Amino acid sequence: MISKLKNNDKLLMIVFAILVLAGPIILAPFGAGYPDLLQRFAIFGILAVGYNILFGLTGYLSFGHAAFLGVGSYSTVWMFKLLTMNIIPGIILAVIMSGLFALLIGFITLRRSGIYFSILTLAFAQMSYSLAYSVLTPITNGETGLQLSLADARVLDPVNTSGSIPSTNLFGLEMNDTWRTTILGMDFQFNVGFYVSAFILIGMFYLSIRIFRSPFGLMLRAIKSNQNRLIYTGINTRPYTLAAFVISGMYAGLAGGLLASMDPLAGAERMQWTESGSIILMVILGGTGTLLGPVLGAGVIKYFEAIFSRINENVLHAWFDILPGFMENAMVWIVLPFVGKGWQLTLGLVFMLVVIFLPGGLMEGATRIGNWVMKLKNRGSADSTKTSAKTSAKSSDE
Amino acid sequence: MSVFTPNRRGLLKSGALIGTGLAMPTIFTASSVAAYTNAPTGSGAILGFNVPQSGPYADEGADELRAYKLAVEHLNGGGDGGMMNTFSSKALTGNGILGNEVKYVTGDTQTKSDAARASAKSMIEKDGAVMITGGSSSGVAIAVQGLCQEAGVIFMAGLTHSNDTTGKDKKANGFRHFFNGYMSAAALAPVLKEMYGTDRVAYHLTADYTWGWTQQESIAAATEDMGWQTINNVLTPLATQDFSSYIAPVLNSGADILVLNHYGGNMINSLTAAVQFGLRDRQVNGKNFEIIVPLYSRLMAKGAGANVKGIFGSTNWHWSLTDAGSQAFVKSFGEAYGFPPSQAAHTVYCQTLLYADACERAGTFDPCGVVEALEGFDFDGLGNGPTHYRAGDHQCFKDVLVVKGKENPTSEFDLLEVVQVTPRAQVEYPVDHPMFAGGALGKCNSGA
Repeated sequence: MISKLKNNDKLLMIVFAILVLAGPIILAPFGAGYPDLLQRFAIFGILAVGYNILFGLTGYLSFGHAAFLGVGSYSTVWMFKLLTMNIIPGIILAVIMSGLFALLIGFITLRRSGIYFSILTLAFAQMSYSLAYSVLTPITNGETGLQLSLADARVLDPVNTSGSIPSTNLFGLEMNDTWRTTILGMDFQFNVGFYVSAFILIGMFYLSIRIFRSPFGLMLRAIKSNQNRLIYTGINTRPYTLAAFVISGMYAGLAGGLLASMDPLAGAERMQWTESGSIILMVILGGTGTLLGPVLGAGVIKYFEAIFSRINENVLHAWFDILPGFMENAMVWIVLPFVGKGWQLTLGLVFMLVVIFLPGGLMEGATRIGNWVMKLKNRGSADSTKTSAKTSAKSSDE
Repeated sequence: MSVFTPNRRGLLKSGALIGTGLAMPTIFTASSVAAYTNAPTGSGAILGFNVPQSGPYADEGADELRAYKLAVEHLNGGGDGGMMNTFSSKALTGNGILGNEVKYVTGDTQTKSDAARASAKSMIEKDGAVMITGGSSSGVAIAVQGLCQEAGVIFMAGLTHSNDTTGKDKKANGFRHFFNGYMSAAALAPVLKEMYGTDRVAYHLTADYTWGWTQQESIAAATEDMGWQTINNVLTPLATQDFSSYIAPVLNSGADILVLNHYGGNMINSLTAAVQFGLRDRQVNGKNFEIIVPLYSRLMAKGAGANVKGIFGSTNWHWSLTDAGSQAFVKSFGEAYGFPPSQAAHTVYCQTLLYADACERAGTFDPCGVVEALEGFDFDGLGNGPTHYRAGDHQCFKDVLVVKGKENPTSEFDLLEVVQVTPRAQVEYPVDHPMFAGGALGKCNSGA
């Protein structure tokens, strides 16, 4: 399948796959190498990649993608309750249901563009949230969230006599199975659920590269750069935007299904508009319209949410232990508002800095660093000739 | 479009790649050797304190955290020992648990099931917590209890008052010291009958989640038994801040009793709105209009200020109790933080001691051993009189306090007065009571 790609993309794909699969090793030194967070990295990566197909390519800013995430989760949990604990039927239903749901919402909201489209999607998402929260309580179990119980039917599974709810699995491979090892005092955890999510992420990333490079992707970009011109040339853009909307909705549904597969619970708060907002943050933070950016952004936000929010006073005191007493207390006093409960404050600051100085997101930062390194290299190789040229250029500038 | 034009060779290649991919995780399925999840290795036993630090129950969460820290201090032999001295079981010696120093990690549930589970998961997977405790919302407690059952660690429920926690959603690895909606109703009904008579029309406002539903059901059933009529029940979302639109319809409903099935910040806001609408000064059907708050806490009374005067409710424990256990706890809590503990603080402190004691008696941290030690355990000296941990549903049975907002508080903490201590026999119910039916404990899970 790799042979379909151009050389650059081939390299990108291979590097991406290696980085993702080595996630548990790379992230362990940062305290992020435990299964739950790794799974979230991969799953929200899928979500952001899918959102980028809509927002990055067509420029349509949807505020309602959390609704698809929620629909995916509910569908999957229902499959666990009714059919089997194998994740395949659940995930298939999640993708189908969210696709249908996206078709319905997209059909209505895509009649408008720009801010009106955003507001319409926001309204639909809030409607879905309220439905899930109270009106549809028999299906969603309201605020408590949809959970599995021993009494569930699970018609395809053998009769359960163990007295505990079976784990979600992929043909017998249990999602919460983890192989732990300690190397040089560091704890590495290789989790089945993470690898399932990671392979799906890699597959979805490949799909997104193919879409980006296809004529269809080109058409979506054309819509972003000038929709009016396209309409004047006689092209009906609605089918294209609708297709992009449905595809990204299905990505979100897939992410929701995976989320429920890793932890079989679906709650209404997953559909709240703040969740949709955080998807947008992920994409913008990483770099809108870039391939790798959204995955990066998703990782950064989830890292902040999981790690920064759990740094408390004790941890800070341990950090600044080497400083003398009053300095230690002063440092803790300064840093404390930015960690723990204040993690969103730090995230906000980072987001602001990125938007102001790197409008292209973290990917722009990476590109700039790359260029700078290249420049340094070039300068080093042609040092003698360059310095003379530079001094002459400088003097002429002055 | 040429997005997908698979040829035979490409298809075979990608098929092979995906196949290898799917097969790869099998390399990692070698299971661990430990006998149970997160067995302490001698460097300390880690407990996970998962409480709301934001959201409508943040006040309760903060007080719970204070009590947890105090319990850890006492277990490790620090401080004055608190209720460890009055506890009827003497297995705890101030030497940690089974010789392991007790350590803890904290997390924020945000009063959301998703966030609470993520937080509990990271405690289990990253920090190696051997027991999770906390909660100030039944929805969250039930979600986390389910997670702990699957992960093979013990869950000691904190403040959770829904019937479902030890009813239809009960789990073998989960234990609850706190009382529940049914017990509140059973304790309150006789007092209400005596105070307000048998001919009353009640209007319910109910927090829209498992706790609200089951408490409303319990209160409605108990009051209807004594002749009251339930005219309406309106569900309010947990995140509601302004209750005036819910209070206004009460005025013309013909009701002469308003039951607020709200807790924490919700109750403070709804009670304040009700008083501002002049409900308490009204006369309906020739009787004084009355408000009832079935589940009370001192923190709520403090938040609602003078509005709570004369309002009846029930509570699990109150700091003004004069038994030795309560006094010891109030003393050490007061010395540490400068004010008396709330019922939330009390229940989580008890739960931590009970867990530690069960480990000591079982001689292991293994969840199955702990479950065995706690099931059917009778104890005393933790502030509620003789208490029994029932094996059938892991619910504690003890006396229930009926309280009233004090008319003339003498201090900012002296807001509630105990009207009656309802004996345990009056609030007991069979395991298969219809309000608790539909679930199964299952078997204990030690995770290995």
